[in-house]
Amino acid sequence: MAAAAPARRAPVVESTASWRLTDRIGLGLCWAAGLLLCLIAAGIVLYMAYRGLQYLRPHLLWERPLSDSDQSKSGGFLDPLVGTVALTLIGTAIALPVGVSTAVWLVEFGRPGWLARMVESGVEVIAGTPDIVIAIFGLVLFQQRIFAPLSFQAEGNAVFGRSFLTAGTMMALVALPFIVGSTREALQTIPRHVREASFALGKTRAATIRRVLLPASRPGIATGTVLGMGRIVGDTAIVVILLGASLQFQRVDGPPVVGDVRGTGSTLTSYVYNNSPAGEGNAPEKAYAAAFVLLIVVIALNLAAGRLGSGRTQWKR
Amino acid sequence: MRKPWSDDRAERVLGAVACLVLATILGMVVFVFAKAWPSFSHNGLGWFGPAHDGTVDDQLTGIFNSPADPKHYQYELGAFSLLWGTILTTAGALVLGVAIAVLSSIFIVEFAPPPVRRVMTPVIRLLAAVPSVIYGLIGILVLVPFFGNHVISQDRKQSVLYVVQLTGTSLLVAVLILTVMIVPIMVSIMTDALRGVPRSWTEGAAALGVNRWRVMWTISVRASRPAFIAAIVLATARALGEAIMLSMVSGSQGFSPNPLDGLTFFLEPTRPLAATIVDNAEGLSVKPFGETIYAFAAVLLVSTFFLSLAGWAAKQPLKRYGMGV
Repeated sequence: MAAAAPARRAPVVESTASWRLTDRIGLGLCWAAGLLLCLIAAGIVLYMAYRGLQYLRPHLLWERPLSDSDQSKSGGFLDPLVGTVALTLIGTAIALPVGVSTAVWLVEFGRPGWLARMVESGVEVIAGTPDIVIAIFGLVLFQQRIFAPLSFQAEGNAVFGRSFLTAGTMMALVALPFIVGSTREALQTIPRHVREASFALGKTRAATIRRVLLPASRPGIATGTVLGMGRIVGDTAIVVILLGASLQFQRVDGPPVVGDVRGTGSTLTSYVYNNSPAGEGNAPEKAYAAAFVLLIVVIALNLAAGRLGSGRTQWKR
Repeated sequence: MRKPWSDDRAERVLGAVACLVLATILGMVVFVFAKAWPSFSHNGLGWFGPAHDGTVDDQLTGIFNSPADPKHYQYELGAFSLLWGTILTTAGALVLGVAIAVLSSIFIVEFAPPPVRRVMTPVIRLLAAVPSVIYGLIGILVLVPFFGNHVISQDRKQSVLYVVQLTGTSLLVAVLILTVMIVPIMVSIMTDALRGVPRSWTEGAAALGVNRWRVMWTISVRASRPAFIAAIVLATARALGEAIMLSMVSGSQGFSPNPLDGLTFFLEPTRPLAATIVDNAEGLSVKPFGETIYAFAAVLLVSTFFLSLAGWAAKQPLKRYGMGV
């Protein structure tokens, strides 16, 4: 986007001296607003880097968190780190197929029209729903008896509803709009004649989608997925409510992986939240260190999304 | 090799997945409202009014401590101060945010020199990507102490001490950070729309001798009004639903800041609906309390539901002109 824009216009040398005063004030405000945003972004990154480098020690990355009011004894954040990775993987694994299928259906089939419009606006509704509402919906949904296998049943048959699986499922909703959006966009930029060429070769619609359209829109799908992962990594509300935000992993009895994902845990975001003065921990040094790691992960994911997005196929019209 | 899917089968399977999305929304509305119903039905319209005796927090404590016998559950609630907090933070952030977003979008699209423009795109993306918990952390560890120690004078603290304690966790800090959080959402939609304005329109205006600012202001901004509205609507939804950051910096006190207090108004603590849900997440297992919390979620769900639909509808006219966002 940024690279394409400047080429459109040859540099205009225009003095603003002849402009009306109100126009010049407007121009000045534009500069002020733009620079303000740059300053805020630079301020956030530099401050977090300063605090992060001040408090981040390598051992924090592979020590498990312990509950201790003394910050030097409360361990590191291995569990939250692993939790973030696990939750992101679960969320993406669910959101990717659902999102791509929805987008393909919207663009390639979309019949009947009213249903397509409903699905389209439905995706927007999900995108606009606050994560806290998604979290609390997940809680009431997964506390239903039939979802008991996803978390665990406490005594008295009450389903707990909080686990990596349930949180991951709800996280998929957070990532879904991004995946649907960019997949749709990628599919829509594929010109008609590509589809027609495939049909002319005797391919069915389904085969065209699988062999032609999906491979061609892979960069778009990847961008959306990575953006969605960034959202999952940065989400706090769902973790606080649906993952239990216990300090260490609390696994449920069962086979190795299954028991772990049915149990509760924490992620970097909930670790930061709980260690900030707003949470119970109140260990700002740990919070800063973890927040720095979190920021790096999120920025890396966004850079990756930008990279993937720039590798799009250019179609001849 | 497996037999390839027939078109019919592909359409049906993909369509079923798409319907799953609709089913999820439907389920969300049904479950949240079913769970929230006792709180609404018990209080009627008084739910949206001010708390009768004591504050909202007193009422919430009462609900939390209600007797175990279902016949004696407490539901008495007047959530006005929470709604008021939500309205204030959202409106404040919107007023600031829309101005900044419109100006900086014009800046990025039209006036920024190419090197600055190359910096602006990643800056906007970065601001949009920073997790809310990091915004909250900076707010609670940097801005709140700064306001508490340097901006709010002792006199000011004394002047309202009989109703509320001013510590720095305040409406103002919440609004400032919320502004930073919603601006990038608006900017990305607005810049797309401004870039999508057909060049012949702007060139036509420029050919008539109008300067670049006027071209932007009278042609591009007006042509992309639907996109601007969509951007504002989506940002509103985001601001309404922001929970974590607000629960960290807004003061976590069910207090309604009073505009009659003059400047102190901005420095008073508040607590919006979404933040209330996060703060009280532990109490969800207490039945009447959980139902009250679900009522908060239901209010948020309804408002963002209609905002999203409005944003989606606002974007439709753009597609007709080939200015899809």
